[in-house]
This record gives sequence, structure tokens and C-alpha cells, in this order.
Amino acid sequence: MTTVAVAGRRSNPASRFLRIAFFAVVAIVIYQLVLFIALQQTWLVGTSALPADQAFPVAVQQTINALSIGAIYALIALGYTMVYGIIELINFAHGDVFMVGAFLSMFVTLGIFGQTVGVSVTDIPFLILLLASALIIVMPLTGLLNVTIERIFYRPFRGGSRLAPLITAVGVSFILQNLALVFVGSGDRGAPQVFPLEWQIKFGEAKISVLSIFIFALAVSLMVALNLFVNKTRLGRAMRATAQDQQAASLMGVDLNQTIALTFLLGGALAGAAGVVWGLRFGYVRQDLGFNAGLKSFTSAVLGGIGNINGAALGGFFIGFTENLASALGFSRWSEFLVFLILTFVLIFRPTGILGQQLGDRA
Amino acid sequence: MKQLRARWTAFRSRSHTFAEHHRSATIVITMLIAAILLIFLPRIPPLNAIQGANPWYDAFANAGVFVLLAMGLNVVVGLAGLLDLGYAAFFAIGAYTYAYSNSPFSGLDLPFFPMLLVGAAVAAVFGIALGAPTLRLRGDYLAIMTLGFGEIVPIVFVNSDPYTRGTNGIGGIYRPEALPFFGEFSPLTSFNYMVVMIFIVTVAMMLLYRLHDSRIGRAWMAIREDELAAAANGINTVLTKLLAFALGATTSGLAGVFNASKLTIVSPDQFSFSVSFTVLAMVIVGGMGNIWGVAAGAFIVYLIQVVLLKQLNTIAETINLPALDLGPIHFDLAKINFTDYQYLLFGIALVLMMLKRPEGLFPSQARRAELHAAEDLGANDPALVGALGEAPGSDELTGGSEGGS
Repeated sequence: MTTVAVAGRRSNPASRFLRIAFFAVVAIVIYQLVLFIALQQTWLVGTSALPADQAFPVAVQQTINALSIGAIYALIALGYTMVYGIIELINFAHGDVFMVGAFLSMFVTLGIFGQTVGVSVTDIPFLILLLASALIIVMPLTGLLNVTIERIFYRPFRGGSRLAPLITAVGVSFILQNLALVFVGSGDRGAPQVFPLEWQIKFGEAKISVLSIFIFALAVSLMVALNLFVNKTRLGRAMRATAQDQQAASLMGVDLNQTIALTFLLGGALAGAAGVVWGLRFGYVRQDLGFNAGLKSFTSAVLGGIGNINGAALGGFFIGFTENLASALGFSRWSEFLVFLILTFVLIFRPTGILGQQLGDRA
Repeated sequence: MKQLRARWTAFRSRSHTFAEHHRSATIVITMLIAAILLIFLPRIPPLNAIQGANPWYDAFANAGVFVLLAMGLNVVVGLAGLLDLGYAAFFAIGAYTYAYSNSPFSGLDLPFFPMLLVGAAVAAVFGIALGAPTLRLRGDYLAIMTLGFGEIVPIVFVNSDPYTRGTNGIGGIYRPEALPFFGEFSPLTSFNYMVVMIFIVTVAMMLLYRLHDSRIGRAWMAIREDELAAAANGINTVLTKLLAFALGATTSGLAGVFNASKLTIVSPDQFSFSVSFTVLAMVIVGGMGNIWGVAAGAFIVYLIQVVLLKQLNTIAETINLPALDLGPIHFDLAKINFTDYQYLLFGIALVLMMLKRPEGLFPSQARRAELHAAEDLGANDPALVGALGEAPGSDELTGGSEGGS
């Protein structure tokens, strides 16, 4: 075990991946056990308590669901954490960029591909084409939206007081939300769930949704790609250098404007991907989606250690599991409260988060 | 003509001296003039053409709630430089406190005026409980914590239906006891509420100005400028920031009690994030740090929100512009509901203000000086322009000049 850890510190990619995978599997098994036991407790869930043979498949299904929700939060949290890491700004508009992504994805599937709400696509090549083009269209657009926001609203404040850009960020978030309100109205809008929900893998008694696995796999591959980009490429190194010390990075020839814009581009693109899968998973989009998801994702980023990319992913899954635990046990309306409690406790007892801050560790 | 102008200048300088030496008296006199105007203006043209006197009084009383909220938030954002995004939560806590003390739901009927202070105190307790752990951390964490707090307080009120009646809220809140001279609080007119509000705003303004000019006020502004320097000069930054945050919560709670009494119902949907945002926009538009400016800004913004936008609807319907039809784009002025755009307008106003005129419409002298320190310095000292120009990406140089140090 120790040898693995040491090798990990030397950043041998294969063993590092194995280590992360090992911890992920351990965490998932622990979560399943907790859920499995909790579902049988009459004092906790009242009359809806299940006998052991029924509780097990439910626990398995819910765990997979938790992974897909966590993946969405993790994708959004990455944008928060990267931006905070590099310019120490809570980009309040980030949640709303995700909301715009969800709407764009809806327009792509409805408008360009002429799908209808409530009808799924069972033709696999067409489904792949549809999802791929949704991602290819939406991700650059939300990325560009995020870059534009940075260029117009945040850059003028760079180097100045920290309150002004923060207030502006809140204002931009509010503008995006209300623009969506003006253009698409309030309330839920049905998003086409083109990925067939009835595709399930039988695992004993449990039926595992293929969609959840798809979302999880997509999120993990995007995270791996991001990690490779940040750690292996020249631009990624510029990002890390800028996060550590802007002035020194700029003296070493890093183009600050370009690097910061790149960070916003990547964050926005990941939020766009999260928006695409949100519609598939939940089948609705609404203009105030970004507010709630943003709050939860920011909590994820803080939980993992703000500025820390792996931490944001970890925090996202943690929040996803927490929310799923609450809803599986019938307390879903308290899930926001639970997330807020987590945020409070993390900030009081461990403000650096679980993994600690890697990038923005300047007070 | 020349003589007149000289007299006017003399009068101005004399009134300025008076205002500086007798601030509380100035506030009382100004608010009395304002009260007389608010009472009589709605009865004469052009205001009486828009709506009757009672709707005007109602609008003024509601505007007063926002003036109070904005003055409280100004202490947090404008003076101490902390971002509080969950301001409506304390408003809600004050309102629910009053609803419990004065409704058929609880069976209590406690007197209104003492309850103003009780509601404020309860909100202050919550403010301290939230602020004490958070204010030790970096400034941005307060923003996200208050945002979360503002989000969950209405959720908690919705979810605990046995105690709060959930989304329906607590209704049938009793009217306050009769005022001397002004008589009973009638359900037909908000005149008495307006009178009470003018009184509250006057007292609050006097207290806030005294705080602003005191040692605590200077400590807040020192922290806003440079927290490290303030701490180095012996200011207990956590305690001072906590005081500002709690004072903001207190004001919000007081406004909540008043609002609950005026509406006679409290429900969770009255305390959404839009309320916090509206108040923030009022503070920014009015001029962060300037108590008068913020109060005037809140009053104007509120009246724009409830009177002007409604009027625009009527005007758009009456001029009857032909609808523009360009295939997918359908534009019909008469069908636009301008009140739908109010929050969009607030958002745009706030962002534009921050970008173009961060000191607000009615800037405080100190704040204006700081925000434009770089320009003023640069204009007077060509050497500094060179120094600033040489290192545009440099953190410390621009940071220093913006901070006004």
C-alpha cells in the first residue's frame, strides 16, 4: 500500500489511476452498505422500510444514480474551482452558464434533430451522432459564453478590489437568469430524454440504468482529459503557474489574459457538458436551474479544497451521494439543507477542504 | 442676479456648516420636510393623476421598508466591505418572529412596537450565529455562506409545515395598536404605516450616522480599505466585521417585523433571492457607503419598480404601436409586460454601475476618492502614470492604487 502511495506521489500515472480507482470502489461499497442498512431501519424511514432482500437491489440502483448526479455536480464544480484557483473569484455566473448549456442542448435536440419531448431514440448510431453533436455544439458555446463574461465583466476589475468583481459576478448571474426568464419563461420546460431510460442492465435483482453509467463514464473521461491537459501540456503548465503566482508567471512569459480566458473556456465547456447530460437525466430544464446547481457545485468545490481539480471531482461525488442518500431515504426536500450544513461544517472545521487547496492557497 | 447668487452661495455654505455640526437635527428637519411632501404630493397633480392617495401612501410605506433594508445592507457592503447575499433571510426571520407573536396561529397578541425590537434582536442572534464562524475566513466565503443561508431559510420554512404552515404561510396577523394623534391602523389605507416608517427611518438614519462617524465606523472603513493594515493598527477585525454583519441583520429583522405587520401575512415566497438582490442593487445604485445616497437610491428604485414600470405598461397600451412581425421575431409593444423585466433591469443597472460608476449615483466622498484614486493620482502626477503604465499586469501596483493606500 505504501509503495503505491509513494509511487503516486512521484506521479506515475498508472499507479495513480489505480489508487484513485481503488478508493472510489471502496467509497462506493461503503455507500452501498450504509444505504442497504439505512433502508431497513424503521426508525429512520418509517413504514417504507424494506426487508433485506429488497433493500439490496434498491441500494445498488441508488448508488448508480448517485454516481450520475455526482458526475453532474463534479463537472460544474471543476469550473468553479479552476476559476477560483486562478483569479480568486467566485464566478457566480457559472451555475447559470450550466443552465444555458442545458437549454442549448434542448434546442439542439428539438430544433436541429427534430426530436420530440418524451420520445427516446433506440437507433444506436443515430443516438451516438445526436449526443456527440449536442456535446460538440453546446460545449464550445458555453465555453465562449464564459470567456465573454470574463472579458466584459471581470477583466476590468483585475488587480483591483475583490468586492467589485464579486458583486458584478452576482449581477451577471442574475442577468443570465432573467434573460432566460424573458426568452423561455418560468417553470419547467420539458427536455427530450433521447437516451432510452428503459435500457437497463440486470444485476441480480437490481436494474442498473445504462444512462447513469453513460453519464458517469462521460464525466470521468472529461475529467481525465482535463487532468492530462492541466498536467501534461504547455498551456496547462501556464495555468498552474498563473494560479501559483500571476506576477512570476507573467515574468516567465505566460500570457495572463490568454491563460485566464482559457481557464474560463474549459470551465464553461465542462458546465455545458453537464447541461447536456442534465436534460437527459432529469427531462426538464428551467431558468433558475443554475442557482441551485451552482450552490451545490460550489459547495463541492469547497468540500474538496477550492482550487484543487481532483478535490472538485471528489466533492461533486460526495455531494451527489449525500443528496441521493437523502432522497433514497425519503428526505429529498431536506437535501438543500443538508448540503448547506456540509458547507457550514467544512468552512468551520476544515476550510481548506478534504484534499487541501492546491492552487489558491493564498489568504 | 449676481447678488442673488451670492446669497444662495452664502446660504449653501451656512447650511453645510449647520449640517456638519448638527447632523441629527439636519436629519430630523429633512425627514420632516420629506414627510410633509410625502403626505401632500399624492393629492396634487401630477401624482394624483397616476393613482389615488392611498395607493401612493402604500407605495411609500413599502418603499420605506426597502430604504430601511438598504441602509442596513449599506453598513455590511458599503461600510465594512462584506458581501451579504442572504439578506432576505434575516428579513424572513424578523417577519416570522412577528407572525408568531401576533397571529391566530399562535394565539398571541403582543404589542407591535416592542416586537419591532424583539424581531430585530432575533435576527441579530441569527446574524451572529452565521457570521461568527464565517467571518474568520476569507471574505468571499461570507458571500457563499450567506447565499446558502438565504436559500435554505425559506426552504426550512416551507418544509416545517406543522410549525410554519408551509407554503401557505402564517396569515391573519393582527394590526398594531392605535397610534396617538393618528388613530387606528385601518385596513383601507397605509397612511399610519407610512408615518411609522418615516419615524423608524429617521431614528435609524440618526443612529447609523452616529455609528458612521464613530470609532467603529472608522474601523469598518479601515477594514474595507485594507484588512491587514487595519489589523496591524490594533483593530479586532473579526469582532468589528461581526458587528457590521449583525447590525445589518438587525435592521433587516426590524424591517421584517414591519413588513409582516403591514402585509398581515408571511409566506416563504416573500423572501426569495430576488429580494436580497434588489436591496443589493439599491445599495450599489444609491452609492455604497453613503447613508443618504443609499436611502434615496432605494426610494427611487422602489418607485421605479412599482410605479414607473406599471405606468409604462399603460403607456405602451395607449400609444398602440403596430406590432412588428418578422417571422420568428414577433414584437408587440402593447403586449410587453414591463414588470417582467424589472429584475433584468436591476441586474443590468447593478453591473453597469459597477463597471462605469462604482461609487453610485450619490457617492460618498471617501468612496469616490478611493475608487478614482488611480485617475486622480495619474492626472496630477505624470511620474505615477509612467509607473502604472509600465507594469499593467502587476498585481500590487494596480491593487494599491485601487485600494487608495
